[in-house]
Amino acid sequence: SKKRKAASLEDHFTHGCEGADNSQIRFKLCQALWDKIKADTEVLQDELYRKILDSLLDFTRKCSSTRRHSDWASQMRASEIPTAALVLGVNVPDHDMTFQSLSELLQQSVTPFVASVQAKECAALKHLMKRVLERIMGTVVDVDDEDEEDVEQTSAQLHKSVHCSLSTLCDWYSSKTKKSSTGTPGKRRSSPVKDDPQHPPVVIIFKDLEAFSPKVLQDFILICSRYIGRLPLMFIFGIATSPSTIQHMLPHSVSSLLCIELFQSLSCTQHLATVIDKLILTHQFPFKLNSKVMQVLISIFLFHDFSVRNFIKGIQVQSGSYMSPRSVCCAVRRRRLCICHPSREKQEAQDQVNLLTNDAHLKVLCQKLVKHLCKYHKNYNPVLRCLHTLSSNLPRYPLGKQLRELHFICLEKNVWESEEYHTAMKLLKVQSKDELIASLQRCVDILQLVKSKKMKKALVQLKELLAKFMQLDAPPSTEDCVTSRVRNLQKKTDLFQLQKTLLEMNESRRAKKLSPFESLRNETLEFIDGLVKTHLSPPESHPLYEVCYYSSSTTVRRHLNATPRTSIQAALSCPYYYLQNESLKTEDGTVSNAAPDICIAYKLHLECGRLINLYDWLEAYATVVSAAEANNPDSTDFGKVEEVKHARFIQAVSELEFLGFIKSTKQKTDHVARLTWGGC
Amino acid sequence: MTAVLQHPGYEEERLQRVTEQLPCREPQARMLLSLMGQPRQYSYPSMFIYGHRASGKSHVMYVLLKELELPHATVSCVECVSVALLFEQVLLSFFGRDAASLLPRCPYLSDFVRIYRQHSSQCPAKQTRYIVMEKAELLRDTDANLLPALLRLQELVEDNVTVILLSEIVWDQFRPNTGCFEPLLLHFPDYSKGELQQILSQDRHPSYSAEFYSSYINILLGVFYSVCRDLRELRHLCSLAFSLMLCLMSSVKETDTHKLWRNIEPHLKKAMQTVYLREVSSLQWEQLQQMEENECGAMRGLSAHTHVELPYYSKFLLIAAYLASYNPARTDKRFFLKHHGKIRKTNFLKKNEKTSNHLLGPKPFPLDRLLAIFYSVVDSRVAPTASIFSQISSLVTLQLLTRVSHDDQLDAPKYKCAVSMDFICAISRTVNFEIVKYLYDFL
Repeated sequence: SKKRKAASLEDHFTHGCEGADNSQIRFKLCQALWDKIKADTEVLQDELYRKILDSLLDFTRKCSSTRRHSDWASQMRASEIPTAALVLGVNVPDHDMTFQSLSELLQQSVTPFVASVQAKECAALKHLMKRVLERIMGTVVDVDDEDEEDVEQTSAQLHKSVHCSLSTLCDWYSSKTKKSSTGTPGKRRSSPVKDDPQHPPVVIIFKDLEAFSPKVLQDFILICSRYIGRLPLMFIFGIATSPSTIQHMLPHSVSSLLCIELFQSLSCTQHLATVIDKLILTHQFPFKLNSKVMQVLISIFLFHDFSVRNFIKGIQVQSGSYMSPRSVCCAVRRRRLCICHPSREKQEAQDQVNLLTNDAHLKVLCQKLVKHLCKYHKNYNPVLRCLHTLSSNLPRYPLGKQLRELHFICLEKNVWESEEYHTAMKLLKVQSKDELIASLQRCVDILQLVKSKKMKKALVQLKELLAKFMQLDAPPSTEDCVTSRVRNLQKKTDLFQLQKTLLEMNESRRAKKLSPFESLRNETLEFIDGLVKTHLSPPESHPLYEVCYYSSSTTVRRHLNATPRTSIQAALSCPYYYLQNESLKTEDGTVSNAAPDICIAYKLHLECGRLINLYDWLEAYATVVSAAEANNPDSTDFGKVEEVKHARFIQAVSELEFLGFIKSTKQKTDHVARLTWGGC
Repeated sequence: MTAVLQHPGYEEERLQRVTEQLPCREPQARMLLSLMGQPRQYSYPSMFIYGHRASGKSHVMYVLLKELELPHATVSCVECVSVALLFEQVLLSFFGRDAASLLPRCPYLSDFVRIYRQHSSQCPAKQTRYIVMEKAELLRDTDANLLPALLRLQELVEDNVTVILLSEIVWDQFRPNTGCFEPLLLHFPDYSKGELQQILSQDRHPSYSAEFYSSYINILLGVFYSVCRDLRELRHLCSLAFSLMLCLMSSVKETDTHKLWRNIEPHLKKAMQTVYLREVSSLQWEQLQQMEENECGAMRGLSAHTHVELPYYSKFLLIAAYLASYNPARTDKRFFLKHHGKIRKTNFLKKNEKTSNHLLGPKPFPLDRLLAIFYSVVDSRVAPTASIFSQISSLVTLQLLTRVSHDDQLDAPKYKCAVSMDFICAISRTVNFEIVKYLYDFL
């Protein structure tokens, strides 16, 4: 079925375009690109979470090993259940992946007995107990499928014991561990459990602690603590808000049974910054987003969900529509594009004619332009990073704290013309030597990784500058004369003289020759400025940028940030938008009398106040509908309420009630209340 | 040491062992023994033992039954989610797996009694059988007939069986309306300070002398006895503080208790704030002690982490919810309308509104009020997208809002804001919103 699904996807993708071969290639390319992006992000996320997962694994290992120690301190502590409180932040959709990899890692390296439970499947204590038992016993059955008998036996046992309790688990655990310790080690196919294969801990992961009912959790912990001597239990609490929720949920008598250690994962904004850094600010992927689209994605992230997974999904949605044959990128073949571009207007008329008529010429040019674009990206990213390192430690962050903010500015306009850039440069011009050298050093580190020719040249220049900074000796003291004058000043008490000397000092300071450091600093900044001007121009200024940049921000917004109410209102006020029936097409703001009943009722109700008299409404409705039936307005039947109309009206009203626009009210029996306000 | 327990029918040696294991509980043990009588004698049908947490109820029962090798079944009522589990455990420990498997899927009390009688007629009790029910207060929430039946189980099954209920609350709270058989009441009083010291001194570190350990316990009790008398908790503290003391001890001789006391007291007082409240786990505490003194500040307890990062609109939704919960609905006009006119607080007040809303706690509000306030406090125009609504429900799952109306009610759901004033102030500070200006209580 998966194959069929992929095929249908391809059909959808290539639907409605001329060259079938071409579009198939495109489809394959698109998939390859997306697969690469996806794999890269997964690797990235694994790396990001490696640290915290590793520390968790260490924790479980340590706990299971101290349990067996017989020294005094660990014996005194033996009655506590080791618990890891894992604080993951409020981006709940992202947690699944973390827990997935956590339980996989645990199973690989620490213990086969891992059960993760979610709050929604554990409404009562017995459900929780059942899930835990099923998962721990079940996973083990899956892990060593060496003997079929065992599988049947355990499953039968589980079915037989209607009341699952932890003592069942205890018996099962002891039989399991006893068996594995007596079994010949050579026969076991894989023994992933490195330390202490006899008594691996039993780990229970509570994915969303906040959603659990406190009562269930308390009882469960109480029960577990009764068995802690026989069963090496361990808990991992997934916490979305703050660790103090544990104290809110568990009374002291229960939390004293736990030995809680806190693990804080990195914040989702940091996570996003890394994803943007590795996914978007790289020349590896030809697929780029323009500033507006970026803005939409980032604002969804910051304003709505904090979810990195949704952010990546958003990119996926765009990559799909960007690569589809109907997209702009395909329009390269339409020659108009190259010519229309502003940067090419200066070209001579002959050249333009050539473009229009000569296919070969066009192809050569296109190739050249695309290559140019690639180079642009290769140089853009390192220079952007350099500028960010320089500007990110300035007071009040004129160019933004995060790399992505600077990226926005650069995407939108010529950064060197912006106000922020000027303030940043001004601030840089008064920066101290140490700070400047430190940030220049970091720039050198950044540029060293880049292989492009221009960047190598820049690197050499930057290194030279840096060397000059290093060679600078202590600046020759120009302050001498000033200090002497100040000393003179102290002697005199005449007000006029004082003013004069102060003025003199001021002037001399203004005309003061630049120290070697200052001139070198200016030189460096000019160099940086030059780099910025050549490499950080916005993509729109480059021909054929449409090939790489996806710019339809409205599509993205519509796809990712659904507005159900707006759509319902749109459907009700202009049904043509959805029904595509010519007779429904009307001038702005009005509804054709041929529209569906609910649209007419909706339109009429907009004209009412908070309370709507049902009879008036019905009469108005009947009038409109009669007009649609082309009755003679002068006839006596016109606007008369007959049974069918009455029924249709009632249906429309109940539909509106279902959609939440009106509700019945107890204030007046023949009235309904409006739930929205405004209207005509 | 007090006298060894004595009772006819039991071996001296065993009673000796029991005495050793039950320090400071001899009177209770003696009382119990005399109530239980000789093994083959019938005992009183039911006993009720109550006393605070960690006053040795379970321990005394466990040691007595174990050391004297009496047939018994110990059941914790927390564990018995259903009565079936209770019956199963009792039958399992008295008659083995066969009897337990005879229970039907959803057994009634009569099933239990039937199976019990069936088996006890086959192998009648040579000694009194004991059923110990821990945390018996939970029995009040089960079927109404269970507790009265357990109290006179001896009559029902016609066997030499005694039910012992252990609880932290008094019998008066148990007595059903319909009346029941009165069990024998037995109270376990709290340990005194001297008794606590005697008990705690028992689990001394093997490599140190008993005198030294008991003087250490003395110091520890001096600090903690005023705040905590729970034996379990004290034992936990002992084990933690001991390692701390070993670090400090390098300069002090074992016998110099006075100097030891001076050295350790400030540390113990500090521990009172973190370890006693379990802000810091025992493992972390130990690591902390191994670190340098000045780094101690770096370790923060659980409650120190109260900051929660939220998406921008979630913050405003939470602020709006807080305002809706703590402001009377009539005042919304004054806060969120531009031309509200001058409303003096004194005239505006209704009589019952004179008390602070913050003292009364959050009030429920409907969804549309929340959204109306949200749209007027948020500074930009926000489209009513699906994600706004999903944020409300995720705030509910995070327990920052609570849903008051029933889950099934789809139209006009009602919510309550469940965050504290400090929390909302911190949140509104991050978005530059002066919440105090919008709160009716602070007008």
